[in-house]
Amino acid sequence: MSIVRHVAMPSGPIPTYDEGAESMGKARKKLAKSKAKVAKKVGKKKLRTSKKTKPGLAKATKKPAKKPAEETPGKKDVPRHSTAEDMAKRQREISVAEFFTKNRHLLGFDNPRKALLTTIKEGVDNSLDACEEAGILPEVRVFIAPGKEEERFRVTIEDNGPGILKKQIPRIFAKLLYGSKFHRLKMSRGQQGIGISAAGMYGQLTTGKPISITSKTSRNKPAHHYELEIDTKRNEPRIIADETVEWPVQRGTKVEIELEAKFQKGRQSVEEYLEQTAIANPHVSLQFVTPNGETKTYKRASNELPVQTREIKPHPYGVELGVLIKMLHDTNARTLQSFLHSEFSRVSSRVAKAICEKAKVSERSRPTRIARQEADNLFKAINQTKIMNPRTDCLGPIGETLILTGLKKQIEADFYTSVTRPPAVYRGNPFQIEAGLAYGGSLQAEGLARVLRYANRVPLLYQQSACAMTRSVLNTAWRNYALSQSAGALPSGPLIIIIHMASVWVPFTSESKEAVAHYPEIIKEVRLALQECGRRLAVFIRRRRKAAESQRKKAYIEQYIPHIAIALREMLDLSKRQETTMVKQLTDVLERSRS
Amino acid sequence: MSKIAKQIKDTATSVRTKIQRRSKPTLAFPLRSLSNVKYHPKQGFLQLKGKKKVRTLTVGTVKTFAQTLRMMSQAKTLVEDDEIMTKREAYYVSKNWEDARFDEQPESDTVIDDIEALFQVNREQLGFIPEEKGGEVAGKLIVIDRDSDTNKPLRIDCTKFGSGAYSIPISIEHLKFETKAKFVLAIETAGMFQRLVKHNYWRKANCILVSMGGVPTRACRRFIRRLADELKLPVYAFVDCDPYGMFNIYRTLKVGSGNAAHINRYFCVPKATFLGVTPQDIVDYKLPTHPLKEVDIKRARDALKNDPFVQHYKAWQDSIRQLLEMGVRAEQQAFAVHDLNYVIEHYLPEKLAATKKFLP
Repeated sequence: MSIVRHVAMPSGPIPTYDEGAESMGKARKKLAKSKAKVAKKVGKKKLRTSKKTKPGLAKATKKPAKKPAEETPGKKDVPRHSTAEDMAKRQREISVAEFFTKNRHLLGFDNPRKALLTTIKEGVDNSLDACEEAGILPEVRVFIAPGKEEERFRVTIEDNGPGILKKQIPRIFAKLLYGSKFHRLKMSRGQQGIGISAAGMYGQLTTGKPISITSKTSRNKPAHHYELEIDTKRNEPRIIADETVEWPVQRGTKVEIELEAKFQKGRQSVEEYLEQTAIANPHVSLQFVTPNGETKTYKRASNELPVQTREIKPHPYGVELGVLIKMLHDTNARTLQSFLHSEFSRVSSRVAKAICEKAKVSERSRPTRIARQEADNLFKAINQTKIMNPRTDCLGPIGETLILTGLKKQIEADFYTSVTRPPAVYRGNPFQIEAGLAYGGSLQAEGLARVLRYANRVPLLYQQSACAMTRSVLNTAWRNYALSQSAGALPSGPLIIIIHMASVWVPFTSESKEAVAHYPEIIKEVRLALQECGRRLAVFIRRRRKAAESQRKKAYIEQYIPHIAIALREMLDLSKRQETTMVKQLTDVLERSRS
Repeated sequence: MSKIAKQIKDTATSVRTKIQRRSKPTLAFPLRSLSNVKYHPKQGFLQLKGKKKVRTLTVGTVKTFAQTLRMMSQAKTLVEDDEIMTKREAYYVSKNWEDARFDEQPESDTVIDDIEALFQVNREQLGFIPEEKGGEVAGKLIVIDRDSDTNKPLRIDCTKFGSGAYSIPISIEHLKFETKAKFVLAIETAGMFQRLVKHNYWRKANCILVSMGGVPTRACRRFIRRLADELKLPVYAFVDCDPYGMFNIYRTLKVGSGNAAHINRYFCVPKATFLGVTPQDIVDYKLPTHPLKEVDIKRARDALKNDPFVQHYKAWQDSIRQLLEMGVRAEQQAFAVHDLNYVIEHYLPEKLAATKKFLP
């Protein structure tokens, strides 16, 4: 039981781990050795779930399961078939935290290297969201300090944001799915309220250390310091330390997490993430201290904060049946008509009435009744009724100028361009696509172009090939824009392509937010943005080629004209001076004809 | 100053005048291709129609223009100093010209050919001599040459080379001839020539044998031409039955080449006729064959379409069509299938019995 030894260290209190966390710890500790074990476990798990799904049996045993069932006597070592009672003993609620402990790859904690990046990413994203919402130009500092043991690091993320109220801190940082962003439709980096608490939980699982938070909301108030753990069984915070400390800043939040990680440079590294963040967020000032003590600074290039975006209600077209039923249950509205009108955007009373008529239900019926009986009809009716597209002032694109500013700040190139598309809609969700190109200069002339993908200003570093944005880059005919491109590949040349999708709800393919799902509307908008950028790039490349060609011709003329003069001098017995004059005259004649 | 040196100087002056007037200098070359030649059956050779290619000095032509002028200057020096230079040597001399040097010899050869055409003379007159040997002669001919030291006449009896042969020199204008032979037999391959020499075929047939060794050189063509003109001898060509033998070797021997039409008047043998091997011979003598290659077919079709000589003679058009239809070619050594000396004992005597039937 390695995990028990591990958490029994004198440094902190001993948390009681449930079965899930325990097996998790085991798997972590001796990964290579336990391969066989894991396989066995997986097999067992499968068996269990398949039995669980026998419908009649499971239901029938649900009630008696509350009381402890009698042990059936028998030989212990011999595997035998389970009775309904045995199974009932094992059946209990799974907490969100437990689920993610077992499925941490869903949140981007697949391996130590990625865990480090995800932790920093979640921290920085939260800081930036908070700063922008409070109208503060963000200054974020990231420290990675080596831990006492190998492959352990202490990550600190510090911002100058508005701070967090004392009573909120435990739940924000030590409870999964707690946050301000999931229940509203508003463009922000975070969406779910999982990220930072998941990072804390990962740290807790791999090092046994609690997550540490210091926050200050104003100059006159003291800073609060918390050390928190997640009770993974209940998905509730457990407070290890709670004190008031001196922190000589005006306001801000500092998060420290110790975790098992691997620090690496290059592709998909922390540094790459920060650099790309700096490109898409020129209003941010970033400082990064590596485990080796190097300091990297990404200076602020613009004092313009992103426009505060409006929160919107969901558009009827974007709602799934399940969500619709839930909304019908939860609403305060008395009638169906007022429910539709008040809970959705772009549904006027008239449109609401039209939907009701189409669904053949009375607009005066109670939403809770509809939820049980006629939600299906209502759902179909919504999709058959013509409803205006959602308003788009809820979107805050970076803007063409600031994309250029960001690109110029981090990338030394000869040519930059950017395009911000008008807003569009996928499945009832407004979104807006922006694209930018940097070409030439210090960029590598050989090899394929680099694609930087962003969703709500957050760089996406993993799963490039699974992303709708990448698909659009591949589908664009770059050869039309004076670049070379092999079939089915990225264009090649000294090129960086950046694509940004701004939306109240970015449709990621997984919880770890790495790739955007393939909605045709999104692919199309990206393509249109890229084509516009491509046309401008082509003008630049062609002009440059023409200039180079003309330069080459000029050199060519200067190379051979002297020989014409030499030959004529030899044949006509001219003097050296006459020869020189002739070179001048000839150059004149040819230069004139060239232009 | 010789006529040719003056011509060069005049051209150079015209170029300079243009430059001084701030206009683009030009050089006008006769177009050197089959499309710019016509066939005069009376005069008997391909001659220029007069289409000219004007090379104006532009960015695109500046390199060739410079090279042409430098080569012209070289020719002027050669003429004035009474010196000679092979085309290979000319290529090496250009290596002193820095950026204007030639990278490969074919480039310098083209420029020399251009200059030759520009002044309507053969390159020997410009001091450029070919690398190649002129061909070989055996049989009833006495060549009267001069000893270069004593300047005394040298009588060379071409019957007295045994299994060897007399070698045609590069320059032949000073030679004189005596003969009692009845005709000249011009042979494509050295192998067939060797067989006929070995068995003293010239004695049996009372003739002069000339080995052309592929496409005849200018010296070889000039040599045969003088035999034909001055000794009033008929010339029969004996080559492979394929488009190369017919149009590269025989056509060039008889009417000259399309590429150097400006000098064809000296280097052609209008009296020559085609003994064989004809497509009909393949049938008549049951010769073993090879299928026509892609290039053969292309060359044959091109001859039908573009060659003014072929267009003039229906007999040739028929023969080409027959060959294309058969789709095969045969070499002159193919007679060995019957017997090594079948060609001496049967083929040549049988053909020579009816010289009127030779292809024109």
